[in-house]
Amino acid sequence: MDLSSINPALLLASLLVAATPILLAAIGELVVERSGVLNLGVEGMMITGAICGFAVSVETGSPALGFLLAALGGAVLALLFALLTQFALANQVASGLALTLFGLGLSSLMGQGYVGIKPPPTPKLDIPVLSDLPFIGRVVFSHDLMVYFALALVAAVWATLKYTRVGLILRAVGENHDAAHALGYKVVRVRLMAILFGGACAGLGGAYISLVRVPQWTEGMTAGAGWIALALVVFASWKAGRVLLGAWLFGGVTVLQLNLQAAGVAIPVEYLSMSPYLITIVVLVIMSADKSRAPASLGRVFHASS
Amino acid sequence: MTGTLLTIKGLTKAYPGVVANDDVSFEIREGEVHALLGENGAGKSTLVKMIYGLVKPDSGAMTLRGTPFTPAEPRAARAAGVAMVFQHFSLFDALNVAENIALGMEHPPKMRDLAARIREVSETYGLPLDPYRTVGDLSAGERQRVEIIRCLLQEPKLLIMDEPTSVLTPQEVEILFETLRKLTGEGVAILYISHKLEEIRALCDHATILRLGRNVGTCVPAETSAREMAELMVGSAFEAPERAGRALGDVALDISGLSVKSPSAFGTSLKNIHLTVQQGEILGIGGVAGNGQDELLAVLSGELKTHPDAIRLLGQPVGRLGPTARRELGLLAAPEERLGHAAAPDMSLIENGVLTAAQRENLLNRGFLKWGAARSFAEKVIESFDVRTPGPDNAARSLSGGNLQKFVIGREVLQRPKVLVVNQPTWGVDAAAAAAIRQALLDLAAEGAAIVCISQDLDELMEISDRFGALNEGRLSDIRPAKGLTVEEIGLMMGGAHGMEVSHA
Repeated sequence: MDLSSINPALLLASLLVAATPILLAAIGELVVERSGVLNLGVEGMMITGAICGFAVSVETGSPALGFLLAALGGAVLALLFALLTQFALANQVASGLALTLFGLGLSSLMGQGYVGIKPPPTPKLDIPVLSDLPFIGRVVFSHDLMVYFALALVAAVWATLKYTRVGLILRAVGENHDAAHALGYKVVRVRLMAILFGGACAGLGGAYISLVRVPQWTEGMTAGAGWIALALVVFASWKAGRVLLGAWLFGGVTVLQLNLQAAGVAIPVEYLSMSPYLITIVVLVIMSADKSRAPASLGRVFHASS
Repeated sequence: MTGTLLTIKGLTKAYPGVVANDDVSFEIREGEVHALLGENGAGKSTLVKMIYGLVKPDSGAMTLRGTPFTPAEPRAARAAGVAMVFQHFSLFDALNVAENIALGMEHPPKMRDLAARIREVSETYGLPLDPYRTVGDLSAGERQRVEIIRCLLQEPKLLIMDEPTSVLTPQEVEILFETLRKLTGEGVAILYISHKLEEIRALCDHATILRLGRNVGTCVPAETSAREMAELMVGSAFEAPERAGRALGDVALDISGLSVKSPSAFGTSLKNIHLTVQQGEILGIGGVAGNGQDELLAVLSGELKTHPDAIRLLGQPVGRLGPTARRELGLLAAPEERLGHAAAPDMSLIENGVLTAAQRENLLNRGFLKWGAARSFAEKVIESFDVRTPGPDNAARSLSGGNLQKFVIGREVLQRPKVLVVNQPTWGVDAAAAAAIRQALLDLAAEGAAIVCISQDLDELMEISDRFGALNEGRLSDIRPAKGLTVEEIGLMMGGAHGMEVSHA
């Protein structure tokens, strides 16, 4: 065992990378749930985004185009969920689970020709001076743009929910859809937009896995990241800041346990592999012990007639 | 101030199978309080929803100050100067007062300016309110203030109020009436919907009475007796409940030193409650909603367990027993909230009957249901309580509120309880059905049962109860004979104005 082989700068840098996919998916799901919709299809939308982004990047050679189409792919799948739950008034839990299964199947069908191919590399930021700073440069200033985009998105979602009228209306719809309807707000339209946003975010998160984090395509490669994102939203008490903390924690433990595995620590690999899931959930359960609660209309079917 | 503000002509709205409004016409003058009266299902809500733009009329026309008024959505109605305070407050618990109010405005100013405006307007009208408090923490009276202030900030010409006093103490009602009078003095017209005839007589200038969707008459409430208005609403004379002289027996229910923590975060814990009810006696328990009524019902029915000796049924300690064991001993309960608590909405009336009557009516045979006996029990309830339904196979959800309530109460009454606890027995029930339910409770007491009636309808409690107490923040006031209690005394027992300042000079 050789713990000295673990480089703290590298560890922190890869933490940011490891956290990005679930951060993207979770911040999207947070918006969806704040509007009162429970979409359990995050995993399905992520894996669909992963293959869409991968295929488009390989065909066009452009990772940027890949991410764009990944967002679109996630959103299209989310649209299916929206049609089922908002217009056909189907049960959200069942529809979400079906969406995950559908996404997993669809992605392996689409990905048949792409196994074993390397995608074009996503360029990393290289800012003169800043990126060359010792430690800080490595940890903060030498990532690909998506890492910064994800962080900016979290900040934007936080500020929108807290300070803007759009955010207020979204929260109102999630809190009491009957009252929001009585005041004349378009409940279904607000939720449709939120669901599409959530799908696009999940798609981006998935593409980040297949294009950057594990640059290749394998079936089911999201490996439960969508479920962790879902858990993250709940245990983060529907707060953007805590979602960020949770994602970093998850990312941190993930890279740490990989490093420990590589360093040959005398703990069975199975325990190390399950540790990120366990630790993240335990910490978030403790964090969510305060009295903050779910949006009151979460998961309830809205019909204007009542 | 005698011009006509809103004219309604021949408004008709039909839903599949039912005509909610049939050719309704009336006028509201500027600066008057106009009452809209009618039983449940008479079409009051549909009518105000059409005025507020939530529902489009099939035919008919409205004119507002001489110009045609056809609001396509609430936004348009608000822009035209129509504001509405809803019966079930349309507020968002997790948001603060200012956010709630901003949601009801077209072009809200910045939060800080809005907060200042809220302070200013709320004090002008004698309804002080802190804009930064979370709505979930406010009392019912304060929450209503939020709704009213939200409307007032739009400077409405017409304010619609749907059953505004059902959640208020008498003192809070007085504050509200002061505010409404101040508003009418400034020329705002108010369309006031209520069941409470005495209130309408005290407040309203004119009243329009709806029955089965039609306008059946207009009157000047101050010159009409409550009984005449009630008969117009119902369409026929109905029997006021009659109380026979009753002999009181032994103490049937004895509660001493009962303290229970509420299971829900927003609930009210019960604190050191003492009461006794004798056989043949009706104890009325009043109080504003959310002061421990639900918890009291739960602890009496057995949903919440407590110290064994805190509750004694005919001398036997039952505090630790669950609902089924208590039912076997003769302590029965009918909770409020018909759909979900008192009845399972999607199950048939037969099944709903079995759910509470299985033991006492002997509907089980070694764990198997006796469907024949269950059906005849449900049919018996339907027949003796005049429940209007095609048959016992219909789902509870399909019954109207009043009919389901008759079924829920009848189901318990027919099990010959020794002690019956009811919460809000006539909530949302029309006058005729309410009278029938009250009569059934009085008859049950005459047969020697002890009854605890928890209700927010003071008129009802005064009508049927022998003694009266009020819950206030989980504590029970002294219990006093109901006869001769004045409204002021009752109000004080209920906790006065709940710390809300009366800033009317």
